[in-house]
Amino acid sequence: MEKGTEKLWDVLKDLTDPELPFLTLDDLGVIREIKRNDKNHVVTIAPTYIGCPAISVIEEKIASELKKIGISPIIEKSFSPPWSSDWISENGRKKMEDFGISPPHPRNTETIGDSLLKEVKCPQCTSYRTEKVSEFGSTACKSLYRCLDCKEPFDHFKCV
Amino acid sequence: MKNNSADMVFEGLLRIADDNLILGHRTSEWCGHAPTLEEDLALPNIALDLIGHAQTLYCLACEIDSRYKNEDQLAFLRLEHEYKNLLLVEQENGDFGNTVLRLFYFSTFMKYFWERVKIKCCFKKLKEFSEKAFLETSYHSKYASQWVVTLGDGTDESNLKMSNAIANLEPFLGELFNNDDFTEMCSQNDFLPEPRSIFDSWKNEVEAILQKGNLDFPAIILKKRGGRKGEHSEAFGYLLSDLQYMQRAYPNSSW
Repeated sequence: MEKGTEKLWDVLKDLTDPELPFLTLDDLGVIREIKRNDKNHVVTIAPTYIGCPAISVIEEKIASELKKIGISPIIEKSFSPPWSSDWISENGRKKMEDFGISPPHPRNTETIGDSLLKEVKCPQCTSYRTEKVSEFGSTACKSLYRCLDCKEPFDHFKCV
Repeated sequence: MKNNSADMVFEGLLRIADDNLILGHRTSEWCGHAPTLEEDLALPNIALDLIGHAQTLYCLACEIDSRYKNEDQLAFLRLEHEYKNLLLVEQENGDFGNTVLRLFYFSTFMKYFWERVKIKCCFKKLKEFSEKAFLETSYHSKYASQWVVTLGDGTDESNLKMSNAIANLEPFLGELFNNDDFTEMCSQNDFLPEPRSIFDSWKNEVEAILQKGNLDFPAIILKKRGGRKGEHSEAFGYLLSDLQYMQRAYPNSSW
């Protein structure tokens, strides 16, 4: 954290994701950096997906939140390193599970890109007898599963 | 950046962005029409990714050429001959099999394309973008490959439909791997890889998947081309009138 930006981090800490409103941007690891250059504050965000439609809403939220403390930031998108599901905090994973979304696996060569090799736990009944229904769920960052025990469908956050 | 290299970067970005925008638009046409609910979620999700790639690339292009003030102007307000996309991506969707086969061809190509840009590209912002784009196109390629195998190795009818799709798309594959003076310049300047240099990796992967689906690998001969020069097929005019309608009818409208 750059010195003098503590206040900005504090203001942005409780902003929530528009598509996953029970998670904060902090839980997701979307805000990467806040810097002060000569004239402006530059907030760098890492989109979870390049075409994620929530990004423009996130940018607006950040700008309007900082405006309240008299700051008009420059918001930059960063793709390098690409956003990774490993950046989701422990607390974020827990909240996800409570909400009925199976959190992503830790990223490694087997799990990256949401490989079929790994078992996915049902967030409703905790059974591992689950199967993938579709690579794509209700948003770009999730795939669709179903539990073979409790029969409930659920979203699984992709490992990227 | 020197003037001539700015021109090169602009044109190079436009080619990739147009491919993604047009295939994204075609893919979005499935919204509400896919064979199952799951595919009705999957295809628009992919369309969103493709259009997102196009948007980011258009934004980079706007930073280079001040004639264009934002990405909408590039996406929605150019004339037909100013679009530089491949003929492959502008063809009508056809049936679901034809749609997923084209997506498989294109996303597998882009996967290897971005993989090379990740290793070497003189334009830093594109090199950074490629890290993310590589992951997403890999996912599209995997999704589409599963359908190619499922349908190819399914019933006689689904196999026939996939064979028809292979024949239908065959004339457009040559252009995908066609080097021209421009691609050679891009490669010499370490900006973009030459299309033909991607062929071997692409062929290995595509051939293996088609084989799993009891399907024959197509002949790759340069038959139909022109997209890179802005010479498009009939289907493209209809596509553009749909794509551009809102910005033409309500200039500068936004969400």
